[in-house]
Amino acid sequence: MSNTQQLEDLTTQVRRDILRMVHKVNSGHPGGSLGCAEFIVALYNEIMDRKDTFDMDGIGEDLFFLSNGHISPVFYSVLARAGYFPVEELSTFRLINSRLQGHPTTHEGLPGIRVASGSLGQGMSVAIGAAQAKKLNKDAHLIYSLHGDGELQEGQNWEAIMYAAGNNVDNLISTIDLNGQQIDGPTDVVLPLGNVKEKFEAFGWTVVEINQGNNIDEILKGMAVAKSKTGQGKPVCVLLKTVMGNGVDFMMHTHAWHGKAPNDEQLAIGLEQNAETLGDY
Amino acid sequence: MKTYTNTGNKDTRSGFGAGLTELGQTNEKVVALCADLIGSLKMDDFKKNHPERFFQIGIAEANMIGIAAGLTIGGKIPFTGTFANFSTGRVYDQIRQSVAYSDKNVKICASHAGLTLGEDGATHQILEDIGLMKMLPGMTVINTCDYNQTKAATIAIADHKGPVYLRFGRPSVPNFTPEDQTFEIGKALQLTEGTDVTIVATGHLVWEALEAAKVLHEKGISAEVIDIHTIKPLDDDAILKSVGKTGCVVTAEEHNYMGGLGESVARVLSLNHPAPQEFVATQDTFGESGTPAQLMEKYGLNSASIIKAAEKVISRKK
Repeated sequence: MSNTQQLEDLTTQVRRDILRMVHKVNSGHPGGSLGCAEFIVALYNEIMDRKDTFDMDGIGEDLFFLSNGHISPVFYSVLARAGYFPVEELSTFRLINSRLQGHPTTHEGLPGIRVASGSLGQGMSVAIGAAQAKKLNKDAHLIYSLHGDGELQEGQNWEAIMYAAGNNVDNLISTIDLNGQQIDGPTDVVLPLGNVKEKFEAFGWTVVEINQGNNIDEILKGMAVAKSKTGQGKPVCVLLKTVMGNGVDFMMHTHAWHGKAPNDEQLAIGLEQNAETLGDY
Repeated sequence: MKTYTNTGNKDTRSGFGAGLTELGQTNEKVVALCADLIGSLKMDDFKKNHPERFFQIGIAEANMIGIAAGLTIGGKIPFTGTFANFSTGRVYDQIRQSVAYSDKNVKICASHAGLTLGEDGATHQILEDIGLMKMLPGMTVINTCDYNQTKAATIAIADHKGPVYLRFGRPSVPNFTPEDQTFEIGKALQLTEGTDVTIVATGHLVWEALEAAKVLHEKGISAEVIDIHTIKPLDDDAILKSVGKTGCVVTAEEHNYMGGLGESVARVLSLNHPAPQEFVATQDTFGESGTPAQLMEKYGLNSASIIKAAEKVISRKK
């Protein structure tokens, strides 16, 4: 259990990790990572009922699947700081022979990762399968997943969305990171998503909106509501409105930092805006 | 020469269905998924006996592969069932990322492979699936030859940890391997002993190879027929041992010569024991509508083609 201040301190440190990881290898995806930092910090440190040690089957605990694998920096930082692997290993991000591949994978045996992601649109199906396995195992724990909004352009999502509602997969909470941005520009320009809430509802999901997706208290409140909606015959979708690049002023409100690393000077500014709280790796 | 008796024509997909039915009773971790082709895949019994372990996915193969990958997390052993085309080409990236690269214990079971699907035509007759699947690191690729072998393979792959592609077909074909066989993944079966030519066959072409060997025998040619049910990992030793003796090989498969069993055999030989080889396979082409027998004849995938190829490859030995 953590209080809001502890979660905020951790988030600030995670932001530093993200910036330093992508800066070192001059590659990676800081924008979406920063946008989802509060959410993933809250998920792993407050919302999920999880074990401290990792085993692939995850029986008797809540599980999380990251579908938009390119935001691996935030995922790795949160996993390391939750104790799944040493925080020093964050310094190997994207380097040769590292377990911290550009996009998350089980292939190198990194604790905390249950499926590879990166090629978009596949995570919800995997999450549904894990949710069905929980039901077969009579395990009352929940499955959480996170997806980018641009990722909804991949058709497989809609197969999964239709399936989950049609088969009452009500132990699943799928969160959509609604930051309105993708590589080539705003989602409304690249390929408009329309009304995502109405679409999920039309497919038969319960939708919970978190309008301040970078506010920890709002995230905790919204996710508590989402959790209360599980077990009622419908899958639950959380629409998490976030700001891409949140916490680093020059990276905010633009798609420019989707997949671009800061230079030395930009890193310094970013770190100045996010004081070291728990110690850098 | 050792001969084999056809105990009655049966379809290999029914062997899959029978194997799955047995697994349903013996292994409670086994779950089955189907994309709107329960009858075609002969999954009816499993569905009836174990409704809680059966997942009707609908016409959404990408989602099926992802759900199967997810079901392994929690210890299930998922068997997916649809046509070979929709089991591979349609979902290649889902298999690549969510199953193969993620080391998931999913069994991708594919019926209606190759030309013998027949009248539906080329949209459904995949001749590239062995190539697609064998290129994936860690993927085991099996193509069975008759009902009994398909049933045994279905049961065997449940005990193999890791992703498997199991390929079988639609038509009724001779059933000639033993009913009580133990299926050993990666182990080639020497069906006849010979000295002049090795015939390495897989799937429906194994029976054709046996028929060809009989005719060759009458012509005074001694053919060693090897049933390769596992294309990956390939039984290199069995191939090298046989070709070391005969000095030449014919490969036979219901698949494009590019990417299939023939190329795998050629690789083994070129690295270890270069020898003349002839390919009985489709020649970089799509199929078309017709009866299975008409198609196998038109595309040169029958015993007559194997006999011709054997005579040709023997003449190249000098």
